[in-house]
Amino acid sequence: MNLGDLAPQDLTRRLRGPGVMLRTGPFVSRIWTDMPIMERGLSLLYADYPVEDDRGFADFHVSVMRPRSLRRWFQPQAQLLYDHQALFEPLPLDQALPMFEWGMNWAVGTMANQFLILHAATLERNGRVVIMPAPPGSGKSTLCAGLACRGWRLMSDEMALITLDDGLVVPLARPVSLKNKSIEVMTRFAPDAVFSEPAEETHKGTVALMRAPRDSVARKRDPARPAWIVFPNYLPGAETSLAPRSKAATFMEMGENAFNYSVHGRRGFDVLAGILDSCACYDFRYSDLDHAVQVFSSLASEA
Amino acid sequence: MDLPADLLTPVLRDPTAIRSLRDADWDLLVRQGRESGLLGRVHHRLAEAGLLDSVPEAPRRHLEAEWSLAEKQWRDVRWEVECLRRNLAVTGVPIFLLKGAAYVLTGLPSGRGRLFGDVDLMVPRTALPEVEKELTLAGWRFDPDLDPYDDHYYRTWTHQIPPLTHFLRHTCVDVHHTIVPETARVDVNAKKLRDAARAVDGSEDLYVLAPADMVLHSAVHLFNEGQFERGLRDLTDLDLLMSRFAAEDAEFWSRLVARASELDLQRPLFYCLRYCRLILGTEVPEQARRDIARAVPVGGGHRWLMDLLFTRALRPHHHSCRTAASGAALWLLYVRSHYLRMPLRLLLPHLWRKAFRGIKKGDATADVEGYTT
Repeated sequence: MNLGDLAPQDLTRRLRGPGVMLRTGPFVSRIWTDMPIMERGLSLLYADYPVEDDRGFADFHVSVMRPRSLRRWFQPQAQLLYDHQALFEPLPLDQALPMFEWGMNWAVGTMANQFLILHAATLERNGRVVIMPAPPGSGKSTLCAGLACRGWRLMSDEMALITLDDGLVVPLARPVSLKNKSIEVMTRFAPDAVFSEPAEETHKGTVALMRAPRDSVARKRDPARPAWIVFPNYLPGAETSLAPRSKAATFMEMGENAFNYSVHGRRGFDVLAGILDSCACYDFRYSDLDHAVQVFSSLASEA
Repeated sequence: MDLPADLLTPVLRDPTAIRSLRDADWDLLVRQGRESGLLGRVHHRLAEAGLLDSVPEAPRRHLEAEWSLAEKQWRDVRWEVECLRRNLAVTGVPIFLLKGAAYVLTGLPSGRGRLFGDVDLMVPRTALPEVEKELTLAGWRFDPDLDPYDDHYYRTWTHQIPPLTHFLRHTCVDVHHTIVPETARVDVNAKKLRDAARAVDGSEDLYVLAPADMVLHSAVHLFNEGQFERGLRDLTDLDLLMSRFAAEDAEFWSRLVARASELDLQRPLFYCLRYCRLILGTEVPEQARRDIARAVPVGGGHRWLMDLLFTRALRPHHHSCRTAASGAALWLLYVRSHYLRMPLRLLLPHLWRKAFRGIKKGDATADVEGYTT
């Protein structure tokens, strides 16, 4: 059963009672909220995700609640709790949904040490995965959302989960977080895509979440092998260019930007080295999203 | 009184307890274990008992994930100690590793599956200025927000200098000169500890406390300092230490009791033996229990009260194990720790200052920006 199949009253009852057991990729999260804005957001973004038995085991325990302070009457806020403990300072009410996504990322990034976790977007086509590590502002999420709307399977816009046994990328397929101008770019690029209400004045500016394509969500148990590592760089007015990049420098940069590379010691080194061996590495500069997607399509059709 | 379910302690006591757990129990056990800093240790216990394969896959992944983290920290502690050793080599000052770092460097089971907050070491008091200078030169820094009052408090009344953090590695080190605060009601002679210490294998400048002293230090820390966030973890350290030392040395228990009287630490040892046995089922010979009970006359009412307090304080550090009574117990033990730590003429002004500063600084939840990507 998917979240979208639950009757509205049933969803509310679960969110305020035993929690909704939401499956995203390899994880089940028990989610509580008493906020209508969160309930609407979850229904919009997570309708296609399976809901499991609430008597089962959950990997993560996340709640978004209105803090019980006087402030709730004149300046309502939302607070993220992990297993009943406040993780962050409360934020304005309309930032509840992005905050929930940050909390889910936090949970995976700090607890899922069964994986090597890189800070990168991952997408798959024809059984091959592209890993896109990049700092904020590089246009990584925009490119990721663009590719996901043009035939690539979305695995994650934020974290590459890599198995330690065989170096495969495991899908997470959660919503894509878009910031500021990329929201407008994406609504024009993919008129059929579904977006959450933008939350304004977050510490990252305006943030909206794009629903993950249904096919990507459905293939939640389907890992794949990495084939390319591409560092995107959005540069206004730039010509699209895909240039080979040093494997050694790529290795260093990926290790430094990983969530938990050092946790795995020698094993993490071996897994990452294996990935570098089997991947072609590129620097990618773009300004036009359509053109960028074309370049990736031809990359995917190469033997 | 009906206490909520503590699933963690029974598993630490007897790993076969996992056989009766259902999925919903694992959901709670993993959280209790994580919050108590004991998930890696649960992994270790289950692996030793050959029971890991009986754990359902989803919770097992959490045990393995936390075990990986504990193993990383185990490696990190060894590296950090090596760095400290090199930083202090020019001084020729002997370094006495305490607690977790000592367990790791001597390969004790209490070093495995454990998470570390900092590295604790002890040097002779006279060497402190030199040690402080060399560590500062090597990139160790005091908290920039440390105010003069805190600095004064650490240096005058406690058994350590303020904590140091390395500017690049962000690791923490606590430099002690003895194992109980200067102002405490018990007075431990640090020289006696140093004289009995043992060199770490293959090293000329690294030492760990003798087995009995290691236990006594861990016990005085747990039962006198009033901090119980890691209480159950520290109790399992004691259980593992004593079981290992008793297996290696038939005279261990009598040495331990004798040493407690030599160092004036009989009362913490009494509590250590009592609650390790009560809570974790540690096998303590009757002779040792009788000897320590004779040395520490604790009346029936007193014993009843301390049982009430410690059995609550030593439950897993998780909201499912918290009640109004456990809150009161923690508060009373906190007050007791201050009473043990310093005489009232020092304590009252200290608490007065602390209270006013607490209001000024507000609470300490993290800012969201540190955690988003």
